[in-house]
Amino acid sequence: MKSGRAPPFRAVPVRNMAAEMRLPAVHKHVSPALSRSNREDKHLVVPGDIITSDTGFMRGHGTYMDEDRLTASVAGEVERVNKLICVKPLKTRYNGEVGDVVVGRITEVQQKRWKVETNSRLDSVLLLSSVNLPGGELRRRSAQDELAMRDYLQEGDLISAEVQSIFSDGALSLHTRSLKYGKLGQGVLVLLSPSLIKRQKTHFHNLPCGASIILGNNGFVWLYPTPAQLDEEAGGFYTSMEPVSLSDREVISRLRNCLLALAAHKVLLYDTSVLYCYEASLVHQIKDILKPEIIEEIILETRQRLVEHEG
Amino acid sequence: MAAVQVSEAEKVYIMHGIRDDLRLDGRGCEDYRHIEIETDVVSNTDGSAKISLGHTDVLVGIKAEIGKPKPMVPDEGYLEFFVDCSANATPEFEGRGGEELGVELSNTLYKVFNNRHSVDLRSLCICPGENCWVLYVDVLLLQCDGNLFDAISIAIKAALFNTRIPKVHISEDEEGVKEIELSDDPYDCMRLNVENVPCIVSLCKIGHRHVVDATLQEKACSVASLLISVTHRGTVTCVRKRGGGSLDPESIFEMTEAGKRVGKALHAPLMELLQKEESLGKKRQKVGFLG
Repeated sequence: MKSGRAPPFRAVPVRNMAAEMRLPAVHKHVSPALSRSNREDKHLVVPGDIITSDTGFMRGHGTYMDEDRLTASVAGEVERVNKLICVKPLKTRYNGEVGDVVVGRITEVQQKRWKVETNSRLDSVLLLSSVNLPGGELRRRSAQDELAMRDYLQEGDLISAEVQSIFSDGALSLHTRSLKYGKLGQGVLVLLSPSLIKRQKTHFHNLPCGASIILGNNGFVWLYPTPAQLDEEAGGFYTSMEPVSLSDREVISRLRNCLLALAAHKVLLYDTSVLYCYEASLVHQIKDILKPEIIEEIILETRQRLVEHEG
Repeated sequence: MAAVQVSEAEKVYIMHGIRDDLRLDGRGCEDYRHIEIETDVVSNTDGSAKISLGHTDVLVGIKAEIGKPKPMVPDEGYLEFFVDCSANATPEFEGRGGEELGVELSNTLYKVFNNRHSVDLRSLCICPGENCWVLYVDVLLLQCDGNLFDAISIAIKAALFNTRIPKVHISEDEEGVKEIELSDDPYDCMRLNVENVPCIVSLCKIGHRHVVDATLQEKACSVASLLISVTHRGTVTCVRKRGGGSLDPESIFEMTEAGKRVGKALHAPLMELLQKEESLGKKRQKVGFLG
């Protein structure tokens, strides 16, 4: 059906039709040339390593007492705050804190709540009473509202929410009771490890390159085109199905590849690092950013800029 | 196939992107992801290959055993396929969860590879009607991120190229009893001619267009896909439709043409890479599984 194909109006670069194949190479670690915290300063442990035999310390997360010796139970970096020692793992399931911003996917619709998948040990819970009703009215939830739950959020839908509280079994209770949270529309979800997301004041950023990003504390990062105008229904359930422009799409695809490149080299993710990585990648084609050698080049440049920015 | 959930809005985004020839990771509709191939990774097989296509990892091992040829074709050997969907790939494959997919993959591989036009089965014959080589091809899925058929077919071609079958010598003693002798030299072996071995190209129909090498998200947006096996000359040897959706005959023609183009372009870089790997010989730094 030739009529179905949209003619490409943009100048298409001469593409190499053949698939690129190569021999695997040993993954090289891109170590920063000048860095404040050298690798030798970091105390890295694996499960079973003895952290200290000194009994004067309090044990925090990721540690346990093994015959009077403080031993690590996860693989990661040892952090010490006065008398408290804990081990921060490199790759872990998300452990929620109250007040965290998370991006989650609805897995089940139950009687008065939704079950949300947030990369934690248990599915998080979004109660019907914790969402904003359309129209913004505050009233008691009735049986009608319960039956209409699926009209609002279905299985597979993505939401941004905040952690309200933690149940005794460790499951998180979420809420979307602010206009900035709610159902997410068109965009791209990138799944990363929660330990790579830096804790900041705000996790919603409108990047100057033309896209917006939500860095969920649970490792789910949502990239979406910046909405043209700030509508009041931004937290509501209206999602626009209008096609996104090609330039916005290119920005979002580039950002997605940059995020994966940053995650592959374990760079802490926050708006500045993502932006620097984006700017360093502009010289390459979007699909080239997936190649290992180009990832190394971009990450090296990003790390250098971040060090200059700090110092 | 392991499936991911996508929301309606994400599906719309993906479909509009494909319409404009820009997929989620910036590729065009006919681009493959980054491919890494290594052969001779399993030491106790006669031929093996490991391929990484994006995040899809497949390991293929080939063992040659002496068996009895099939009665209809006494002067040919044959191939036996077994696909193991390991639980490493996704928890859905735990226990017997991966069996259905494994059987579907094996059946397709039989159709594509086990015929005399793809592999020179006559060279596998030792003694017509009595003995022949049987190649047991075992495929192991290590990681699953879409496009299993393509990855498996490229890995099988690489593994067949790498296969070294020991040369045999038939000696007949006075009573007429035939004896098979394997040569003592471990390097005295015969190689298979993999020139005509086809590669499978999967095209998924998303909206009005088709994409090659779909990821799991893109697969969730498509209702039908076409598997085409193409040789290095561009000849289509096998076509199979998967999925519950319908395909217009014109789209099938278009997809077949695209599949021929893409499939033909796969063979040259693959053979070049395999020759280069072989020419490196002992100097090649083996990466294996811990790279």
